[in-house]
Amino acid sequence: MHWLTTYNHEGGIPLADIPEVSYPEFHGSVCARLGDSSCHIADYFAVEQDGGLRFFCLLADDRAGSVDITSFRYGYYDDDPLPSVTALRPQAHPFERQIAERYGIKFEDNPWDKPLRYPFDRFNKETSIDGYPFYTIEGDALHEVNVGPIHAGIIEPGAFRFICNGEKVLHLEISLGYQHRGILNLITSTPNRLRQTVLAESIAGDTAVGHSTAYVTAIEKLYGQPSPADLLAYERAVALELERIAMHIADTGALCMDIGYQLGQVACEALRTVVINTMLCWCGNRFGKGLVRPSGTRYPLTPETAAMIRTNLAEVVRRYTEVREDLKSAPSLLARFEDCGVVGREQMVTIGAVGMAARASALVRDIRATHPWGPWREVPFAAENKRQGDVMARLMLRGREIFASARYITVLLDQLEQTGYTDRRPCYDIALRPRTLAYSLIEGWRGEICHCAVTDSRGNLAAFQVTDPSVHNWLALALAVRGEGISDFPINNKSFNLSYCGHDL
Amino acid sequence: MIFSQLKVLRSHGRQSIKKLSAVELSPMFRGRPEIGEMDPGLAADIQAICPSGAFRAEPLSIDLGRCAFCGECAAMSGGAVKFTNDYRMASNRRENLIVRPGMKQVVFDESAVRQEICSRYRRALKLREVSAGGDNSTEMELNASMNVNFDFGRYGVEFTASPRHADGLVVSGPITRNMHTALDICYCSVAEPKIVIAAGYDAISGGIFAGSPALNREFFDHVRPDLYLPGNPVHPMTFIDGVMKLLRRQMK
Repeated sequence: MHWLTTYNHEGGIPLADIPEVSYPEFHGSVCARLGDSSCHIADYFAVEQDGGLRFFCLLADDRAGSVDITSFRYGYYDDDPLPSVTALRPQAHPFERQIAERYGIKFEDNPWDKPLRYPFDRFNKETSIDGYPFYTIEGDALHEVNVGPIHAGIIEPGAFRFICNGEKVLHLEISLGYQHRGILNLITSTPNRLRQTVLAESIAGDTAVGHSTAYVTAIEKLYGQPSPADLLAYERAVALELERIAMHIADTGALCMDIGYQLGQVACEALRTVVINTMLCWCGNRFGKGLVRPSGTRYPLTPETAAMIRTNLAEVVRRYTEVREDLKSAPSLLARFEDCGVVGREQMVTIGAVGMAARASALVRDIRATHPWGPWREVPFAAENKRQGDVMARLMLRGREIFASARYITVLLDQLEQTGYTDRRPCYDIALRPRTLAYSLIEGWRGEICHCAVTDSRGNLAAFQVTDPSVHNWLALALAVRGEGISDFPINNKSFNLSYCGHDL
Repeated sequence: MIFSQLKVLRSHGRQSIKKLSAVELSPMFRGRPEIGEMDPGLAADIQAICPSGAFRAEPLSIDLGRCAFCGECAAMSGGAVKFTNDYRMASNRRENLIVRPGMKQVVFDESAVRQEICSRYRRALKLREVSAGGDNSTEMELNASMNVNFDFGRYGVEFTASPRHADGLVVSGPITRNMHTALDICYCSVAEPKIVIAAGYDAISGGIFAGSPALNREFFDHVRPDLYLPGNPVHPMTFIDGVMKLLRRQMK
C-alpha cells in the first residue's frame, strides 16, 4: 500500500506524485491505519477528473506529525462495489455521506447512509431537506421531540430530533444543511482571488480568521515559488489566537447564561467586547474580516497595535482569571456541569473528533502541536487537555486555552518586535501551479480546519474542499446527550458550540 | 464564593454605555464610505475586483446593500474612496443605500415609514430573528446589541424565542434554498401588522453569495423589508440606530 508522506508546512504536491491504488487496497489500508488512535481522517473527497472521479484521502498521523495522502480512481462506467469504510471506522461517515450525496456513489454496507447537507448540486434532486429520514424507535414509553430548524435564540438553523424516555434522551439525531450556500462552487467558479478570500471569510463568521488563514495558506502553497518564511504567518497566528480567546470567552458566557448564572454571563460578554474591539482597532472589523489576504495584508501590525494588544490581553487575562475562580467555586454551576454530557476518549477516537472537544476528553489533537506550520514550528506549543470529557471539562479547558493563547501571543509579539513587522501588501494575481494539490491544516478555535485546493492543467482551481472541525464533531454532541435529561441539551450544545454554516458550506 | 463574586463585580464595574448617542467607534472601523473624484480607468479596475459587485464605475457608486466592507476599493483608490467610522448606515429605502460621490450620509426616509409601526411599537418592540444562511457574525452582533454594553433592552426592544410573541422578523443571511420554507412559515406565524428587517449585506442582496444556485430569495419577492441594515456583519450600533429611526425615537 502506498501513501505519500507530506507535512503541513510544506508546499503543494504535484498530482502525479500522489499514489493511485485500487479500492480494495485503499479500503484495507485506511481501515487498518485508523485502528491506531494517533491517526484520523483529515479529509476525504472526490474530484471530477478525466470524465471520472479521483478520490483523495488525507490521513493525519499525530505521532509522526505527517499527513499521508493516497488516492484511487473511479471511472464513469465503473460499477464495482465499494465497501464502506464507515462500517468499520465510523469516523469516515461525513466524508462517505458527502461523496455519496454529491455523486451518487454507493458505499456498500454503510450503516448510516444518510444525506449530509442537501447541497444544490446533489445527485438525487428528488430529495428535500424537509423529508430527512430521521431514525425512529417504536415503543409506548417513548416520545419524540423536534427542535429546529429555527431555534429559540439568535443562532443558526439546524434540526434536532430527540427520542426520549420520559425526560431522558435515548437518541439524538442532527439534520443539517439549512445553511448550505454553495460556497465551494462559488470559490471554484470565480478567478477573482479577492472574491475567493471574502468567500472563505464567510464560511463561518465566528471563525473568519481561521478559515481565511486556511484558504490563503493553501493558495500560497500553489504559487510557483515558495513564499518566503515570513512575518506574515506570525501576524496571522496572533489573529488566530485572538479569535480563539474571543470565542472561548463568548462560550464561557453562553454556558453561564444557560444555567441562569448571570454574573458569569455578563462579565464574559463585557470581556469578549474588549477582545473583539481590540481586533476592530487592529483591522477595522470585530471578527477580523478583511485582515487575512493572499501574500500580504492591508493591516500590518504596528508597534502601537502590538502595545494595545498586550495591554488589553493583560486586562482580559486578569479579569477572566477572576471569573474562572468564581465559576469553580459556584456549587450550583458545578452541579449542572460536572458529569454532564460525558464523552469518553474511546468514543472520541471512534468518531474521529478533533480540536478542543477532543482535548477535553484526553484525546490530544492540536494542529499547533502535532502538525505545526509557520510560527509554531519555531516557537513550540504544548497542547492543553483535560480527561473528564464532560461539560465542565470543556469549560475549564477553554480557560486554560485562553491563558495559553495569551502567553503565546506575547511570545509572538516579542519576536515580531525584534524582527520588525511585515510590509507585504496583498497580491491577487499570482499564477497557480497546474495539476497540483495543496492542503492546509489550521487549528481554529473549534479545532482543525482543513482546506484543500486542486488545480487543473491550466492552473485554475478545479476543486476546493473545506472541512470545518464541526464536520468531525457534530456526532460528539449526539453522543454527549445520550442518557442525559433533555433539559441538559442546551448546556451540552453550548459546551461544543459547533458551526452550522461551517458544516453546511 | 461570595468573595470571588465580589472580585468579579469589582473588576467588572459598570459596563453599560450610558449615552448610546455619544458612541464613537474606532477610526479603524469600516463604516459608511465616502467617494471623491476618481479616474475612470481606476474605477473600472476596482469594479473588476470588487468581490460582491458593490462598486460601480459608471455611474460611480458603492451599493451598501451589496458591500462586503472588505476595504479593497479604499486601499486601491489612493484616497478617493474612504470608509468612515460612521455606523449610521440603516435606511428604509433600498435605493438610499447607494452611495455616490459627495454623499455624506445615508438618508432614512421618515415619511415612508408605515404609520402603524410608530403607533404600535414605539415603546415596545419584540423581534424574532431567523438566520437563513447567515455566517453567525451578524447573529452574534445582534446578540451583542442586547448585552451589558449596548443594552438595547433599555428602549423596550427585545428578541423573542417564538414568532408568535413577536411583532416582527429580523432576517440575516442570503436565504438558502434549504431555509426558505422555514423562513416563510416563521414569517406567516408572526401576527399582523408586522415589520421585517433585513440585517446584513447578504440578507439585503445575497451579498457575496448573490447568484448562487443554492439560494432561494423568493421571500423578498413578496415581502418588502421595512429596514435595511448594511454591514458584514451589522454592527450593534447600526442595528440600534436603524430600529430607533424606524420607531422615531431618539437615542439618549
